[in-house]
Amino acid sequence: MDGTHITSLPDTWWWPFVMILVAGWLATDVWRWLGVLAGGRLREDSEVFVWVRCVATALVAGVISKLILFPQGALAETPLALRLLAAACGFAAFLTFKQRVIVGVLTGEVVLLAGWLALG
Amino acid sequence: MSASAGEPPDPSSSEKDTGAAPVSERIWMLRGARAAVSIPALILTAAFVGYAGLARETGLSLAETLVMTGFVWALPSIVVLTGGMATGMGLVPAAIAVALASVRLMPMTMALMPLVKVPGKTPTWKLLLASHFVAVTAWVYAMKNLPDMPRDGRLPFFIGFGGSVIIFVFTMTGISYMLVDHMPPIVAGALFLLTPIYFLCSLWGAARMNADKAAMIAGLALGPVFFVYVPGLDLLWTGLAGGTLAYLVTRIMRRGLS
Repeated sequence: MDGTHITSLPDTWWWPFVMILVAGWLATDVWRWLGVLAGGRLREDSEVFVWVRCVATALVAGVISKLILFPQGALAETPLALRLLAAACGFAAFLTFKQRVIVGVLTGEVVLLAGWLALG
Repeated sequence: MSASAGEPPDPSSSEKDTGAAPVSERIWMLRGARAAVSIPALILTAAFVGYAGLARETGLSLAETLVMTGFVWALPSIVVLTGGMATGMGLVPAAIAVALASVRLMPMTMALMPLVKVPGKTPTWKLLLASHFVAVTAWVYAMKNLPDMPRDGRLPFFIGFGGSVIIFVFTMTGISYMLVDHMPPIVAGALFLLTPIYFLCSLWGAARMNADKAAMIAGLALGPVFFVYVPGLDLLWTGLAGGTLAYLVTRIMRRGLS
């Protein structure tokens, strides 16, 4: 068993590209195209527009909490409390320092790395 | 699309928005490209550097990694697909998983359209092409800054911005794939945490009204709940339930029960 290699069913060089284009590109861009078609009639000053923005914002926020609570890869090794603390400190620093994104991101990273090293 | 086609493009279309001399589309595109040289673009690049490490460890080739980056262009979907390919997931289940992870792009694109579209003038194919750049970085920047620009310049600006970010990130992802043989877990972990913290701050910064902030809080709270109870469809429910709740509550606050 070679665990480091992709074990897609048809073992040809082009299969991964079919996967990427169909399961990746099409499955993603179809939402963007639908958004263009459905959003074409929206008006910037309508109540529907406010609602659509709310749905979009809540969806992205859902992605955020999933990435923090149920992360992939190396980050999954860290304790949940540390990830929450890092995110909370980063956001607090962002709000405190004139909403500068870079301040929030760097603060969060410093807290994560300090905690990671401290925990060994 | 039949919305408002048919009207011939008006040569004097720079009516109310544009104040001074009209600026050509090319100039707006260049302005967008210049605006793309920014901290958010660098943060996104760093997150993709982290992804290059994951892709290499997963066994994706350089070409596969780059095709994935350029064609999918939404980091959460890319991570889902990479995980699926690593475990030998079939085409259809992988497509469903990725589609569910990228539902958010539809309302995001919908919300962008009224900002970039010049009614009766912008061809739909241009909007379809530009929609590929819709991902959190360009979207957040657009929702925050486009309303202050003349309407004619918004779409070319967005294309210039999104195109530059994608080209830069694509290049850096390739370079880091080749250079970084093995990424220490602490570096990879730190790069993975960039995305959520960056999304957290920039999404809040892009909120133009209370409804947006309420939606963000609702989404943060409901995301994990739905993930536990309706895995797979969780993001869809988070968006619909959280977004609608936030909309209704702030609407009542704005204008009462009318």
